Amino acid sequence: MAKILRRERLVPNLHLLEVHAPEIAKRCKPGQFVIVMPDEFGERIPLTIADWNIEKASVTSVFLVVGTSTHKLSLMKQGDDIPVFVGPLGKPVDINKCGTVLCVGGCYGIGAIYPVARAFKEAGNKVITLLDVKANYLLYWEEKLKSVSDEFHISSRDYYYDCKDFVQHILKKIVKDKKESINQVFAIGCTYLMYACSQATKPYGIKTMVSLNPIMVDGTGMCGACRVSVGGETKFTCVDGPDFDGHLVDWEELFARRKSYFDDEIQSLCYWEKKIFP
Amino acid sequence: MPEKKEIPMELKERLKCEYDKEWRSNLRKSISAKERMKIPRQKMPQRDPEERNKDFNEVNLGLQEKKAKLEAARCLDCANPTCVSGCPVSIDIPTFIKLVEKGDFIQSARKIKEANSLPGICGRVCPQESQCELLCNLKKATGIPVAIGNLERFVSDYEMTCENVYIPSIASPTGHKVAVIGAGPAGLTVAGELAKKGHYVTIFEALHLPGGVLIYGIPEFRLPKKVLMTEVEYLKKLGVELRMNFIVGVTATIDDLKKEGYKAFFIGSGAGLPNFMRIHGENLIGIYSANEYLTRVNLMKGYAFPEYDTPVLHGKRVAVIGGGNVALDSVRTAKRLGAEQAIIVYRRSRVEMPARVEEVNHAEEEGIEFHFLTVPIRYIGNENGHVKAMECIRMELGEPDASGRRRPIPVKGSEFMMEVDLAVVAIGQSPNPLIPKSNPNLKTGKWGNIEVDWETMETSMKGVYAGGDIVRGGATVILAMGDGRVAASAMDKYLRQSKKRKKA
Ligand SMILES: Cc1cc2nc3c(=O)[nH]c(=O)nc-3n(C[C@H](O)[C@H](O)[C@H](O)COP(=O)(O)OP(=O)(O)OC[C@H]3O[C@@H](n4cnc5c(N)ncnc54)[C@H](O)[C@@H]3O)c2cc1C
Ligand code: SF4
Repeated sequence: MAKILRRERLVPNLHLLEVHAPEIAKRCKPGQFVIVMPDEFGERIPLTIADWNIEKASVTSVFLVVGTSTHKLSLMKQGDDIPVFVGPLGKPVDINKCGTVLCVGGCYGIGAIYPVARAFKEAGNKVITLLDVKANYLLYWEEKLKSVSDEFHISSRDYYYDCKDFVQHILKKIVKDKKESINQVFAIGCTYLMYACSQATKPYGIKTMVSLNPIMVDGTGMCGACRVSVGGETKFTCVDGPDFDGHLVDWEELFARRKSYFDDEIQSLCYWEKKIFP
Repeated sequence: MPEKKEIPMELKERLKCEYDKEWRSNLRKSISAKERMKIPRQKMPQRDPEERNKDFNEVNLGLQEKKAKLEAARCLDCANPTCVSGCPVSIDIPTFIKLVEKGDFIQSARKIKEANSLPGICGRVCPQESQCELLCNLKKATGIPVAIGNLERFVSDYEMTCENVYIPSIASPTGHKVAVIGAGPAGLTVAGELAKKGHYVTIFEALHLPGGVLIYGIPEFRLPKKVLMTEVEYLKKLGVELRMNFIVGVTATIDDLKKEGYKAFFIGSGAGLPNFMRIHGENLIGIYSANEYLTRVNLMKGYAFPEYDTPVLHGKRVAVIGGGNVALDSVRTAKRLGAEQAIIVYRRSRVEMPARVEEVNHAEEEGIEFHFLTVPIRYIGNENGHVKAMECIRMELGEPDASGRRRPIPVKGSEFMMEVDLAVVAIGQSPNPLIPKSNPNLKTGKWGNIEVDWETMETSMKGVYAGGDIVRGGATVILAMGDGRVAASAMDKYLRQSKKRKKA
């Protein structure tokens, strides 16, 4: 059991969850995740850790409301107990001093990229941050991310910002405009965003790491639900990842596998909605 | 791996002491051996195959009292009970069986529990035909052994239905803290034994429910979860603390736990890593590891979707690759989830199947198909990335390999297509690498298994013991428990000596 310290809506459909988890807070590193189960009927789902606080013994995640489990989480309140909150899982991001790092975040990944950007900055790198949102009202943690970035960009689909374009185009532009070379790109967000970023950097040969988010069950390497093909080899995202070289990932397979339970997810959600809103 | 053949002197004496008791000798004489041999083996009542292959309730219903007593009367009560040497934990089999014949079921349960703390589980899942029942003298005499497993199950179930399960006396607290890693049969056994000796035991378990394979792997129709939960409740009554959702090596390391005052450790983390065949198309949708398939259905209750949120794919033509208990559990699960055809694809022939004979029989009754001497070589997907067929090749058996079983060799040109919409790979598991990885000092073997001193189950790290599948690779419940008992007794000694060392 883990107690919820805070659960709030950040922007429509994206929520913050801060949980009392002293062991995890003590040990977790950027890029790691937890497995969460909202109640005894729920699924075990992975959530990337977006922040932690050792004094408060707390761990924070940002999640997008999609299926039944995340809907359930979004209705939980401060003081509620989460039956399963286990971690920190996965390999931490390999943080090194390599020069200039471009961090890309979209959707829940705006939260998830924060500790990565912070760590790269602390390691003495120049950090350029690029956040992707559909519209201005979907942006959160702007100040937090600015505080760990040397340069800050937004890509958006509305006219609020002067950069109405898709993330991969903005990314390309940043890469092209730069006089100095970008040594590494790190992207977290929906599968499409990570795919698009990998495609964009491929012609330039810039190392691009992505934090994959396939379907998982146990999160400790026991089931193999999260297997992905990377460079022609099968890897378990939960123990070999979640970070992989975006230029080597078999994206087509990943897109297909993520949709394995598409119909079931809809059925599950309808069932649950009928149950709680009769 | 050491095989116990000879019965140790100390055990021989204990058996003899029971054997010589007056009630035993009277009971023995009350029916002649010849009469006993005439009694037919009592059939285990089971549910109708056509009814049971549609739900997850238990297949076997258990012997009734009358039948159990009759079955117990078949036992000849031999002066030299060879069955005992077939049991990895050396249960005093003749005594418990004769207590059943006498009608003293509770005493019988206690007798078993002296050696085996999980009789309700072992009676159901032990491969008796290759252990105790293989060496039963009645088998030598008539070809049909006493149904030792069924009787073991009977007494345990009887005890469970009685209100107050016996709680043994617990030694006064020693003040020592012991950490048990993994709540599978190995870990549960160690925890129970050490709690009885007065140590403070905490079990750390990665998943959200205790039991290891017993909860996530073996299905309800073979081992009702209620049986397992009763055993776990019993451990709690002995004072064992359970910390779920705690992955040692991840949430905290063995060194961290040492700082929290834990003095001795037992690693029972099992063989959780699923093996794949590494053939083309294995990552298509609709291809599961047996671990994932069974975990979705058992641990996450996927069979009750959408009441439970975790979905599981349902296939019409399901192929399960493998011939062990895991494969049979998977294929029978597929049938129960509505498969029109549920097929075992096994590279050897029927006699080499490592599964329990009873399970193979049950599966056949339930309409499972068997394709022997067959192995898949690649999978073919449809436009959505979902498996639609499997190319297979036929095998023939060659010379015996290291395991003593005849090695399968592919027959050239025998390739053929098999249409499937779901495939489950059940070709074995490897030791869980999490703990060895986070403890480089821990000596491991060729397969990633932890190496131990078989006399004590101590690893290369002082005060750290291990047992079960993490040491043996995929083995059995009873071997895991046997390891647990050996380890517990060595750990108790170690803890008591450490106290003395401190005092000195
Ligand atoms: C489907 C299936 C059917 C089987 N059928 C039979 C049968 O009929 N008869 C038979 O005798 N045997 C059978 N077996 C084999 C038997 O179940 C195993 O040999 C036995 O369970 C091994 O016990 P164990 O305690 O070593 O490990 P496990 O039962 O595997 O338990 C290990 C536990 O440790 C936990 N764990 C792992 N790593 C960590 C960590 N780092 N921190 C905390 N916890 C951790 C795991 O989550 C798990 O709960 C079957 C196995 C399977 C998979
Ligand atoms: S524990 Fe297993 S081997 Fe031992 S007597 Fe019972 S069924 Fe036989």
